[in-house]
Amino acid sequence: MAFDYAQYMRPGKLPHIWCPGCAHGIVMKSIIRAIDREQLDKDNTVLVSGIGCASRMPGYVDFNTLHTTHGRALGFATGVKMAKPSMDVIVVSGDGDALAIGGNHFIHSCRRNINITLIVFNNNIYGMTGGQFSPTTPHGKLASTTPYGNPDYAFDVVDLAIGAGASYVARGTAYHSVPLTRLIADGIAHRGFSVIDALCTCPTTYGRRNKLGSATDMLLWFKGNTVGKKIVDKKPEKAEGKIVTGVFRQDEKPEYCDEYAKIIEKVSD
Amino acid sequence: MSEKVVFYQGNEACAEGALYAGCNFFAGYPITPSTEVAEFLARRLPKQGGAFIQMEDEIAAMAAVIGASLTGAKSITATSGPGMSLKLENLGFACITEVPCVIVNVMRGGPSTGLPTGPSQSDVMQARWGTHGDHPAIALAPDSVQEIFTETVRAFNLAERLRTPVILLTDEIIGHMREKFTIPAEGEIEIWDRPRPTVPPEEYKPYDISEGIIPPMADFGSGYRFHVTGLNHDETGFPTNIPSLVEPEERRLMAKITENLDIIEKYEYMEKKGSKVGVISFGSSARSTRSAIAMAGEGGTSVDFLRLITLWPFPSHVVNEMADKLDLIIVPEMNLGQMIEEVERSAEGKTEVIGVNRVDGEPITPDQILEKIREVS
Repeated sequence: MAFDYAQYMRPGKLPHIWCPGCAHGIVMKSIIRAIDREQLDKDNTVLVSGIGCASRMPGYVDFNTLHTTHGRALGFATGVKMAKPSMDVIVVSGDGDALAIGGNHFIHSCRRNINITLIVFNNNIYGMTGGQFSPTTPHGKLASTTPYGNPDYAFDVVDLAIGAGASYVARGTAYHSVPLTRLIADGIAHRGFSVIDALCTCPTTYGRRNKLGSATDMLLWFKGNTVGKKIVDKKPEKAEGKIVTGVFRQDEKPEYCDEYAKIIEKVSD
Repeated sequence: MSEKVVFYQGNEACAEGALYAGCNFFAGYPITPSTEVAEFLARRLPKQGGAFIQMEDEIAAMAAVIGASLTGAKSITATSGPGMSLKLENLGFACITEVPCVIVNVMRGGPSTGLPTGPSQSDVMQARWGTHGDHPAIALAPDSVQEIFTETVRAFNLAERLRTPVILLTDEIIGHMREKFTIPAEGEIEIWDRPRPTVPPEEYKPYDISEGIIPPMADFGSGYRFHVTGLNHDETGFPTNIPSLVEPEERRLMAKITENLDIIEKYEYMEKKGSKVGVISFGSSARSTRSAIAMAGEGGTSVDFLRLITLWPFPSHVVNEMADKLDLIIVPEMNLGQMIEEVERSAEGKTEVIGVNRVDGEPITPDQILEKIREVS
């Protein structure tokens, strides 16, 4: 039987704002399936977002949803989680939202290891404002604010998250939606701060400008240009020229709210 | 808990007032001269099952305070000028989403890093207009350690009753000054909680005003699943740009304040018979004013005194009445003239208005105010 997405969608909120060919819908479906796999209680789940295309996602789904200010979703989510640690908190964010204006919150959430799952809809561009370069736009690529090629270098979301101390770090793509669902579900199940770098596409403001072909071509590109972490672990040479996907870190590490609960227990009157 | 007499710093009284009001969440970032509020709550909150978190910056702290409030917590943050500038972004979010919270600004000299350890009252206009867009503002300005306590409690009560952020504007002098004060017995000051929905979850609309101008607010995690956004929204909480829905909501945010002045406005008007001069002041400048007026009285000069406890909304009607009677209003404030603009506007040219200003990091002295009184009497 086909998976029933409607049980998690808010009636009357579609069509979404995303452009034809945008991959954000695929990532949204993976998140819904991951939530379903983990059997999260809708009343007990909060989806938090910032500003941008990806950040409109919580409005479409039937949970407690919080659409905040640009880059600040993790700050709001941290307040929710600290005040009510029993709630499941998921943050959805774009690459500009999570890593540029929200970069400080990103690294400190990793360091704090608070039990929140962050999914970065990483399409290498600021889509909503019309295609300006983001912290994950590759060097040399064209954007509306890099008309002669991007002089900046991109962040590697996985390296950044690991360096900052996140205890679950994974990367998937919108092309590989079934593995992406599993990576997100495992992130939700993980007790600690989880980062899933969800590579997706913006045919409208990034693909066209950089002549990357159709929406389908851009998705298919992932098929030919990624390699699984498990393969690379055995044969490192396979990573040559490819984007590695899979789970990069999954560590047991004390979780922030658990640690604070211990303090409360120790000092409470 | 029964009544207790203590010897506290203003910042500590603020933290104690927060706890009295039922505060169970603090998020902040270290900044002079407000840090003692955070330090006090870092010690006390976990003892009573609450949560304290020091965030990575002021912006995140303000965000966390709003997130916590959405789960039903009573939340507070404390900062000073440079931090307040950063908090303004999410203060606007709390205004448009109508999330109760309290923001303490222990004012110091500015602009920018300014005078970190010097007192100031130069964030008066920031408290009113700092965040972008039309928005409501409530700012309370106590002038003693005791009053910092009671106004902190009132700040929480107003935030909860009106579903809006409330700013407590103190300054380095009263924040760090120690005075004897009384923590009232439990129940002595009434504590208010936000209105919560009485309808079942399937009928709940987060901005439903059919029962009154303040819409009932559900807690995240209580079975009422709803959407919160900083975009203009309709009664269901979802974004809208339909003009006929946007404007009434913008106007309602303001009307929450203007229709509840009876519980928001607070001032002391000490009127003297036959006086032709009056002083309007607040916070630590009000303390100097009190002394100056007493000294003037000893010299045979009667001076009226309006001490503002609620700064925003500004009580224009009271100032306008004063202007009818007086020939001159003196406005001492530790800035280069901010509140005086409101006084002049409210006086409508019916009386002369002059300022006593100081921005060197030292308090305005009673002599400075007295000198002005003598010049004109």
